[in-house]
Amino acid sequence: MANMPYIAAIDAGIHQEMRRDSNVLYFGQNMATTENHAFVAAYGHDRVRVTPISETAEIGIAIGAAMAGFRPVVELYMAEFMLVAMDQVVNEAPRFRYMSGGQVKVPLVLKAGYGFTCGWAGQHTGTLTSLFAGVPGLKVVIPSTAADAKGLMATAIRDDNPVVYLHHYLLTLEHGEVPDAEHLVPFGKAEVRRAGGDVTIVATGWMVPRSVAAAEQLAKEGIKAEVIDPRTVAPLDLDTIMKSVDKTGRVVLVDQGTRHASVAGIIAAEICEQRFKSLKAPIVLVTAADTTIPYSEPLEAAVLPDEARIVAGVRKVLK
Amino acid sequence: MSLQSPSAERQTWMFTQMLRIRTFEERVKRSFTDHPGVIRGHTHLADGAEASIVGSLSHFRDGDAALATYRCHGYPLVLGSDPKAVMAEIYGRADGLCKGLGGSMHLTDVKRGFLGTSGIVGAGIPHAAGAAWAAQIRRKGNVVMCFFGDGASKQGAFHETLNIASLWKLPIVFVMENNGYNVVTTTAQEDANAAAGEALAVKAKAHSMPGVTIDGADPVAVYTTVGEAIERARAGQGPTLVESKVYRLSAHGNIIAPPGVPLHYPEHEAIAVFGKREEYEAALRGDPVPRFRGVLVRNGTLSAARADELAAQVASEMQGAVDFALKSPFPKLESALEYNYA
Repeated sequence: MANMPYIAAIDAGIHQEMRRDSNVLYFGQNMATTENHAFVAAYGHDRVRVTPISETAEIGIAIGAAMAGFRPVVELYMAEFMLVAMDQVVNEAPRFRYMSGGQVKVPLVLKAGYGFTCGWAGQHTGTLTSLFAGVPGLKVVIPSTAADAKGLMATAIRDDNPVVYLHHYLLTLEHGEVPDAEHLVPFGKAEVRRAGGDVTIVATGWMVPRSVAAAEQLAKEGIKAEVIDPRTVAPLDLDTIMKSVDKTGRVVLVDQGTRHASVAGIIAAEICEQRFKSLKAPIVLVTAADTTIPYSEPLEAAVLPDEARIVAGVRKVLK
Repeated sequence: MSLQSPSAERQTWMFTQMLRIRTFEERVKRSFTDHPGVIRGHTHLADGAEASIVGSLSHFRDGDAALATYRCHGYPLVLGSDPKAVMAEIYGRADGLCKGLGGSMHLTDVKRGFLGTSGIVGAGIPHAAGAAWAAQIRRKGNVVMCFFGDGASKQGAFHETLNIASLWKLPIVFVMENNGYNVVTTTAQEDANAAAGEALAVKAKAHSMPGVTIDGADPVAVYTTVGEAIERARAGQGPTLVESKVYRLSAHGNIIAPPGVPLHYPEHEAIAVFGKREEYEAALRGDPVPRFRGVLVRNGTLSAARADELAAQVASEMQGAVDFALKSPFPKLESALEYNYA
């Protein structure tokens, strides 16, 4: 084990896979511009390249290289930059295996940070998870700890499908214990971050530590909240969520996405259809308000889910 | 570097491939009247582009790759795909090239190097560059053939990709089949180079790569020019943009209509939209298939009788493709969910 920040753990995951498989490529804007760049030094310019600001070509090239047998990782920095190339993400990468009747595989990773809500205003702060989570053929992963950041990256690179890897910018410097040895975190397997029998909280990314903090606060009052981190939203581990719902009958879904474009909305629909009779109260959604993220600090804080709102959500569902 | 003309034997092969594409496309078109309802959605025919397709693919080697657009029936036929499987795919049948999941716009035959087909204009251009990066890393002298139309050259994907391909000296040849129309919009209405009376190949200049314009109705000219671009790419000297001027002899595609309205091929846009019957008739007079037949018969490469014999063989082959496709069953319903994930 090594204690390292989330951002270093992501790199550790890429290194782990680039060392073991010479078909893994890593490229993007504003990287690999000198021979000292850690990935250039280790793997050379055949496999590690800087690109111009051309997201459509970057992701499209990744698709072509993947169809030709390589495993590209595209460094996109910010999830919003995928919007520039949405056709490639949504209507190219996940379509080719299907449309070819299974002839091709498109193993690639789109690495992008999201949710940078610290004064980045309206265009660099989105939580766009649900834009990708519902696309057949795409997988979507959201690590919330340093260990998962490494293990989910490694699994994403080995996966034979296009994977959108969303790392949370506000977790960048959060430290955690990360296995030194080969580390893989399976897709579609949620992690129970805190066990409890009174209420089920489902949260992703930056909302996980906030939900755990809320659960700790509630524990002082004797309220036992279970916090589930799905870790991957496509595939989504509904079994773990449903088992918890059977146990608690009360659900709070926490999501940094705007309410009407949240993964929480999708989870709520599944719970309502599958476990209506287990529910003792209506499901509560604690999400970002349906708004563009404002620049000014108090306004930014006011539209995002925080510990107090999660606590309030739990109190509401317990009434 | 100057490439030799193809041998007589090779030219006969090229003529045969042109006939195969033409006859196949005629059978697709005829399906709308012979078997109404069998073909669904949208089909786009390559009639008029045969010389360009065949000339370009005449240099194809093992390990090379080709990527194209939704107007994609011709390429796999030349690369060796079974026309039975191609027609069955267009008919949505289980024996189709892509098991009936892709259809006319998404033909793929990986075993023959036909890697994948995007139906979104310009979107496949970077895919071809990605395959070319793979070829560059593997250092086996392979190239990628990237086919698209004049319309695609107004997409960001085109310019972004040409920039990177030139910067990275990727082993790729960009073949722009300029058929003069983006659906019902003429090139001069949407392209600044065309409006200024310039060739579309000048776009290569912006990306510091050679750009050439050729008569895409002349298979030998295409063979030579594209062949030189391929040699350049194989030698590590980077990409070339070839503007291959062709005339699409059918309308952009069959009519777009909801179920219940019988699908068919309308008249070409030159007539239906612009009322330029003479332009279209001139294109028919320059039809590359009879034109190449005439060249080969005149120069003694082929006797008229042998040319007729080849045409009869091809007609029978494509009749077999239609018969096979009609008999092929629909795919099992479970297969609708089978290939979303690997």
